[in-house]
Amino acid sequence: MFTQRHLLGIEPLHPTEITALLDRAEHYAEAGRRHESVEPVLRGQTQVNMFFENSTRTQASFEIAGKRLGADVMNMAMQASSVKKGETLIDTALTLNAMRPDLLVVRHPHSGAVNLLAEKVNCAVLNAGDGRHEHPTQALLDALTIRRAKGRLHRLTVAICGDIAHSRVARSNLMLLGKMENRLRLVGPPTLMPAGAADLGVEVTDDMEEGLRGADVVMMLRLQKERMDGGFIPSEREYYHRYGLDEIKLAHAAPDAIVMHPGPMNRGVEIDGTLADDINRSVIQEQVEMGVAVRMAAMEMLAAVRAG
Amino acid sequence: MTATLFTNARLIDPVSGTEATGDLRIENGKITPPGPAPDVIDCHGKCLAPGIVDVGVKVGEPGERHKESFRTAGQAAARGGVTTIVCRPDTAPVIDSPELLEHARTRASSACVRVHQMAALTRNRDGREMVEIGFLRDAGAAAFTDGTHVTRDNKVLSRCLTYAGALGALVIGHPQDPGLSAGASVTSGKFASLRGLAGVSPVAERMGLERDLALVEATGARYHADQITSASSLPALRRARAIGLDVTAGTSIHHLTLNVLDVADYRTFFKVTPPLRSEEDRIATVEALAEGTIDIISSMHTPQDEESKRLPFEEAAPGAVGLETLLPAAMRLVHAGHLDLPHLWRALSLSPARRLGLEGGSLATGAPADLVLFDPDAPFVLDRWTLASKAKNTPFDGARMEGRVIGTWVGGNRIWDRETACSAG
Repeated sequence: MFTQRHLLGIEPLHPTEITALLDRAEHYAEAGRRHESVEPVLRGQTQVNMFFENSTRTQASFEIAGKRLGADVMNMAMQASSVKKGETLIDTALTLNAMRPDLLVVRHPHSGAVNLLAEKVNCAVLNAGDGRHEHPTQALLDALTIRRAKGRLHRLTVAICGDIAHSRVARSNLMLLGKMENRLRLVGPPTLMPAGAADLGVEVTDDMEEGLRGADVVMMLRLQKERMDGGFIPSEREYYHRYGLDEIKLAHAAPDAIVMHPGPMNRGVEIDGTLADDINRSVIQEQVEMGVAVRMAAMEMLAAVRAG
Repeated sequence: MTATLFTNARLIDPVSGTEATGDLRIENGKITPPGPAPDVIDCHGKCLAPGIVDVGVKVGEPGERHKESFRTAGQAAARGGVTTIVCRPDTAPVIDSPELLEHARTRASSACVRVHQMAALTRNRDGREMVEIGFLRDAGAAAFTDGTHVTRDNKVLSRCLTYAGALGALVIGHPQDPGLSAGASVTSGKFASLRGLAGVSPVAERMGLERDLALVEATGARYHADQITSASSLPALRRARAIGLDVTAGTSIHHLTLNVLDVADYRTFFKVTPPLRSEEDRIATVEALAEGTIDIISSMHTPQDEESKRLPFEEAAPGAVGLETLLPAAMRLVHAGHLDLPHLWRALSLSPARRLGLEGGSLATGAPADLVLFDPDAPFVLDRWTLASKAKNTPFDGARMEGRVIGTWVGGNRIWDRETACSAG
């Protein structure tokens, strides 16, 4: 069963907790498909979304998840608020804590910032992405999508491709898929590969063909605009030529391989636009759908731990 | 002044590299030949050694007295068996003129230990114009350093080294390539990648060192590298010594006793400059110290207030206080069998004193009576709130340590007595 007070990352989770969470999310996913209303298990609870970094999609997903469970959801635009006036993260956290929310959903540009905040508050904290560290609900929604498409979440060959070095999505996915005993490959140019990647118990390659060979799951990562020119890679077009996913490169993967992307996509940079829209290969829209379900399950389980 | 005789002491002599049980007599602030004295202190077989000479101490005067004053730094030093502190110039404002140096020296009289002051190498540590090296040396600057502000312009550094070299002034460099280390808060590798922190490879230290050494070779300057912390820097350092350059090297106690994994869950008290290294690099640094390639151990005492550490790791200020924990932390090296006490004291006391042209580091007749009496085996658990420093940012909070200072003397005056927990000043 799920026993965590906060959901700060995948790292502290036990495989049984991951499975329990995914099972619950499956229930919400089915209910969502049938447009059924669910039990408002968070009624009377206050959920505050604190996004120190802009993210329309993730914030909307958390907001919908909270509202479907009956929570009172408040969005705080942290970039426009007291942070600008010089208030420290801890003071902001203490101020909010004094208003007695039940759940804080936090995104922050610095690795470890959400852990720091969680130490200072009484309520449950859900990490919605901290720096390059973790983005646990993204990995969970990816896992649920894979499990639904492949019928299992173990003994799969998963290729994670692109800007691994700057990606919290890659880290959380490595943790989760590693815990569930899959074969993992990191594929990308060496300038976008984190130092010590080879020590992480995964296969590392800078060759897409080799990396995709026989893969059951191809997970593409977003290449941030600011990394496109000169600094890390020579150009957008060279990157697309060598690492952009298209039909030809995907042909090296297993015939029934699925294509994933955490969004938002750069069509024609890391992925071919037509391929991204191909409902026979791409599960990108389902990922978004599973995002709401997984976040509902995570918030419900955190609330259950709080209730004791 | 009355004479004092220390009896039954385990005398640690870094000059001869030996230790022996015996007596030591002091009078009028100096060590004298043994003989009777009105005041007798029975050391009960505990260690008596020359006081520690700590190069690279940051005191918050001028500018940041809320973090550390000369008075509190002196008290922390006394409790840690440090009898001489050599202070960094990276204050606010930077100590880059004879007038500011004079001001700092005046303020330093409130410390109960000996204080020497270093000056910046370039104005405001900007790496553009050299300071008045001659005037500053005449005003008592012990050495010249821009600290962690590495001079990017090789021509500027070359001229500074040439000018300082002609005057015989010691230049202290911080070996680090500023481009490679920009934005990094930990050493790169598996740990940094898992924690999602921007890292820097130890290669940046090697490149900084090799650049500095090439210019030292070309200019003939006297040079000391403040902190050598990785295996990759050692071949260049060994070569510089082999070809006879006037080069020495230091390292910090934190890099000798901690590694990058100690950062654990973003613990900002373990954020130092350069960042903590891998265990392999730590071991290589300890071995380089034991064989004499690295000469000096410093605390790199860097007081930071609570606010500047209560931040996300990458935003938090770097640095750790160390005056009071230097001795017990260094004892870990002895207890682990890496080096014996006389050799440890060479790095803590004799070598820094000699390199900066200061008295100290010796138990010979005529040497100043700057002494530390300590129990090398006394165990304790460190509580940071008991530190005398104004700032409490120690990475050893809650750590089990062995080695406690019983008493400290400067110029024959007792400035710390553990029994009565009294410190002067």
